[in-house]
Amino acid sequence: MNEMLEPGGNARRLLLRRALAAGIIVAIGSHKAKAAEAQIVVDNFTFSPTPLNVKVGTTVTWVNHDDIPHSIVCPTLKVKSHPMDTDESFTYTFDQAGTYDYICGLHPHMHGQVVVAA
Amino acid sequence: MSIDPNLQRRGFLKCMTWAGTAMVWTVAGGVPRSRLIGSAEAAGNDFTFVQISDSHLGFDKPANTNVTATLQEALDNVGKLPNKPAFMIHTGDITHLSKPAQFDTAAQLCGGTKLTMHTVPGEHDILEEDGKSYLNRFGKGTKGDGWYSFDAGGVHFIGLVNVVNLQGNGLGSLGHDQLEWLEDDVKPLTASTPIVVFAHVPLWVVYQDWGWGTSDGAQALSYLKKFGSVTVLNGHIHQTLQKVEGNVAFHTARSTAFPQPAPGSAKSPGPMVVPAGELKQYLGIASVKLVSSKAPLAIVDTSLAG
Ligand SMILES: [Cu+2]
Repeated sequence: MNEMLEPGGNARRLLLRRALAAGIIVAIGSHKAKAAEAQIVVDNFTFSPTPLNVKVGTTVTWVNHDDIPHSIVCPTLKVKSHPMDTDESFTYTFDQAGTYDYICGLHPHMHGQVVVAA
Repeated sequence: MSIDPNLQRRGFLKCMTWAGTAMVWTVAGGVPRSRLIGSAEAAGNDFTFVQISDSHLGFDKPANTNVTATLQEALDNVGKLPNKPAFMIHTGDITHLSKPAQFDTAAQLCGGTKLTMHTVPGEHDILEEDGKSYLNRFGKGTKGDGWYSFDAGGVHFIGLVNVVNLQGNGLGSLGHDQLEWLEDDVKPLTASTPIVVFAHVPLWVVYQDWGWGTSDGAQALSYLKKFGSVTVLNGHIHQTLQKVEGNVAFHTARSTAFPQPAPGSAKSPGPMVVPAGELKQYLGIASVKLVSSKAPLAIVDTSLAG
């Protein structure tokens, strides 16, 4: 399908999705983001981007675009998210530099990594 | 039912699938042979039970917007079986999100069959209450995360849990405690006791890339080596697959909710949307019959179509 032909709303959403998928820090309109933010998208049982490179203090949001729930489990951080159903999200702020591997608690073959620089 | 003997076998099977007729898998001498049965042939006093799986109550996406109705239909088909089953086994993912209302619907619908239901949890059943969402309802009286065994019809049944504390190797896991329990559980049994093991994720590795297997499944099976008849029933992959290795027959059941793609045939194992009107060919139940104590049990898969 030619994405350019999609109605405005969808095209915008697509662009946004793409920006999010690329892990770009998003600041919409005139509102400036206060702290660094980044997003990881789950699509087709895949985390993207991975690894995600961020600075200390960045708030990372995972958004699930699959029609099956996923969760985030990071043993290093002892983090276990709630199940994220379709379009639901989970947010975590990385306060310490390091390399953090995580998996999906429902589908542990799904691997992701966040690299936090000081 | 009349059968045209000139029909090609392949075409015939396809036709029967469309008609929703049952197919029997008899396994003799390690070689599985399928044959079709008419309902008259199926009637009898043999010990049988039914397996249903992956009802995912609460799922409402395009792959099936009414999973309650398809579960009900599967249960209606159980009620119509000519040979009344002794009980039902549900091999997990009873619910989609472990919500109390979803468990309640399951209990209500399955209770309508008046059959006892033996269950094991899927990964979708342990998402709430710190993983106790299943144990507090369907897992009462079980050990550990929900494992147990019981005897019926001369068969020893073992329900295992391989969806808890999953690790980065991507596969299902039984864990040390459960394996120890299993070893002790089967120790006093004679080698001629038929064994049925049921668990959510396949105990053998069906497809590593999608996590369709159990990392310590082989160890569990090593404790069952002495038995002449071992039948392993799983769910999770929402399609039927069979494999025989020595005295062990492996079988995965269809879902009553939605199909998933064949291993490696799609980008991901997510719910498969099939053309309108075709869904029921992909959903169904399995009924299992004890034929002899020297070979695995005979399994009849029936789709909801027809
Ligand atoms: Cu997942």
